[in-house]
Amino acid sequence: MSEEIRKIIAEHGRLSVDVAGLAPDADLYHAGMTSHASVNVMLALEDHFDIEFPDRMLKRSVFESISAIAAALAELQTEAVA
Amino acid sequence: MAPRVGIDLVSVESVRESIDKHGDRYLKRIYTEGELSDCHTPQGVVAERLAARFAAKEATLKVLRPVDEAIPWHTIEVVRHDAGWVEVELSGRAADLAVEAGLSDFALSISHEAGYASAIVIAELDLRDRRSDPIGRT
Repeated sequence: MSEEIRKIIAEHGRLSVDVAGLAPDADLYHAGMTSHASVNVMLALEDHFDIEFPDRMLKRSVFESISAIAAALAELQTEAVA
Repeated sequence: MAPRVGIDLVSVESVRESIDKHGDRYLKRIYTEGELSDCHTPQGVVAERLAARFAAKEATLKVLRPVDEAIPWHTIEVVRHDAGWVEVELSGRAADLAVEAGLSDFALSISHEAGYASAIVIAELDLRDRRSDPIGRT
């Protein structure tokens, strides 16, 4: 999942650094991702993983790192199965 | 009372890409029906106007200062008056947060030029209620 997330961030995140070199817990906002770019990342994640981020998840901490995004996706996928 | 200010800058090209890649899902997720109506012309949606409205929402969040809390985009709405000026109207959690923080009298100005749109929001902070205002600590 992590590599899929990296690919989406690389395409939509408009980072000022190479996503491949980012640690899983590196702050994406510090790496240049704007709030508007995070919206594009969110929509692309929804398309790719066939999920929808609920309003309660539309906050900075959910999209601040690759590991945070992975955790949110895992939570949503678990909810979808339950 | 004291002013609290928020400012934001948004790339118009970024908004244009969002429209191209995500279409109505992007538009309806972020903007209210009123905002979308204000940004439509007979030639289609105007990305510059949308970018200015996104900047306004972000500038408002910088005034509200939520602490890792989800504030739905639709609860911060840019309303355009017939004469051309704009105002920001809060509802739901955004409005509640303003009350809790002692913020009132929100004022908004937006602009766009050369590929970027900007917005600035100013609100009055009631210093008599410092419970949620870290600046108010002495």
